Amino acid sequence: MAFIKMTAAQVARKVIENQKLFILDVRNRDAYEDWKIEGHNFDYLNVPYFDLLDGVEEILAKLPTDRDVLVVCAKEGSSLMIAEMISEEGRDVFYLEGGMDSWSSYLEPIKVGNLTGGGELYQFVRLGKGCLSYMVISEGEAAIVDAVRFTDVFINFAKEKNVEIKYVFDTHLHADHISGGRQLAQATGAAYYLPPKDAEEVVFDYTPLEDGLIVKIGASQIEVDALYSPGHTIGSTSFIVDRKYLLTGDILFIDSIGRPDLAGLAEDWVGDLRKTLYRRYRELTEDLIVLPAHFMIIDELNEDGTVAKSLGDLFLENHGLNIHDEDEFRHIVTDNLPPQPNSYQQIRQVNMGKINPSNDEQTEMEIGPNRCAVR
Amino acid sequence: MTLKADVKLDAKGLVCPMPIIKTKKAMIDVNEGQILEVQATDKGSIADLKAWAESMGHQYIGSTEEDGVLHHYIRKSGDDIGLEKNFKNTIANEEIIDRAVNGGIILDVREEAEYAFGHIAGSLSIPIGELEERLEELDREKEIYVICRTGTRSDLAARKLSEKGFKKVFNVLPGISYWHGDLSKKI
Repeated sequence: MAFIKMTAAQVARKVIENQKLFILDVRNRDAYEDWKIEGHNFDYLNVPYFDLLDGVEEILAKLPTDRDVLVVCAKEGSSLMIAEMISEEGRDVFYLEGGMDSWSSYLEPIKVGNLTGGGELYQFVRLGKGCLSYMVISEGEAAIVDAVRFTDVFINFAKEKNVEIKYVFDTHLHADHISGGRQLAQATGAAYYLPPKDAEEVVFDYTPLEDGLIVKIGASQIEVDALYSPGHTIGSTSFIVDRKYLLTGDILFIDSIGRPDLAGLAEDWVGDLRKTLYRRYRELTEDLIVLPAHFMIIDELNEDGTVAKSLGDLFLENHGLNIHDEDEFRHIVTDNLPPQPNSYQQIRQVNMGKINPSNDEQTEMEIGPNRCAVR
Repeated sequence: MTLKADVKLDAKGLVCPMPIIKTKKAMIDVNEGQILEVQATDKGSIADLKAWAESMGHQYIGSTEEDGVLHHYIRKSGDDIGLEKNFKNTIANEEIIDRAVNGGIILDVREEAEYAFGHIAGSLSIPIGELEERLEELDREKEIYVICRTGTRSDLAARKLSEKGFKKVFNVLPGISYWHGDLSKKI
């Protein structure tokens, strides 16, 4: 029987289309419990590859025959070995090309909607890491918000759409993943915008992203309006696109809110977070569709794979927007926070341009789930 | 820092799963209680070797990194808890620090690598295999508290010292694996 390669893109389709998949994850238990491929209809078995070196007979009975079985490891080597052993026992089986490294780096572009005058808004879903990037397209021009470090994906997508990347924005200085903003701007000649309050320590040139900035994409009416919304970081800035979409960065998510502690200043920033969520956002129209920079759990995905919900719905359903007592709010977002993201301090250094790790080192830093939210 | 190992394995440049496969093979030729050093460059080998060693009942002692090369130290079948101990004169972990202040010697008979990754500050390291030839380093007038990981090797060492005429010898139980105080890595 055969062992066959499955790509991260194929796995992503299974996640988005709610298909069934059985994952045999052969990484060690700690790695598996920390972070795995999530899907609505996925089932799992975790047996480390080193417990299977003498044979896979023991687990054969646990592998279903009515759906695809995918063997997953960190980089590919072990899953390939185990998949071969399983196929020698007469079973068809898949292994994940590039392992969790490639899962962590895969981006799926999904159209969120049409904009005035023929424009389009795309969300790039990084399923393995929960990061969301955006591309606003209008009349031959494009703006990109919160680009992850796989800049080729955006450049190629822009080519495909026949648009020129003119503006690159980061809503804030990211701490959970490495930004591709600066590299993308360099490669395309676009302007790179950062909130100045987050950029005090950066060692490269940037264009300040100030409250009230309005950028027009293309010749017609598509506006990207900046809205200062501190709290996750002191510079955090949201965008309103085409008066229809609210890009919230790491301030507001679908089922959670931003955490104020990743720069070590939770006590200072909690008041800003409160003000942004309970006053500034309250002044906006509830019809705006919220598009965050992250999702935490697979349940936050809509049926088409996008991560988006109206602001009005979030005011009703998001627990973090419904804590009326200020002291309780302060307590929830500063005490008992979840563990901080892997290597978050180093990642901030990279995003400030202070250190320049190799691609492999960047991959290593980004291993694991993002943890930017408080639920 | 080079630590003594009985068998060395070069797994540099190999990627997962090869470091573990090589280690598993190499372990066949290692005697029980001996130390295998695995040199590897794959970062994933840290978590995997530790988990593998534990699942096999080997003792994963620790790892160091030098110039991008990881040195892992594993002791074969390190899990000897519960084996019979014969030496009658024993003392509890909690008592030895206070007793040693009055001029006693804490003698750690684990292997050099085990000692390097965590020992009681001020203790003397003589691996059990070297004990017989290094007896002159020990003061016969002082109380000697012999300690190892689980009390088994120290039991053997205490009996040997007793046979050699040492009078004030104690086996420390339950040993370093249950040590609640700080452990030093200074050597």
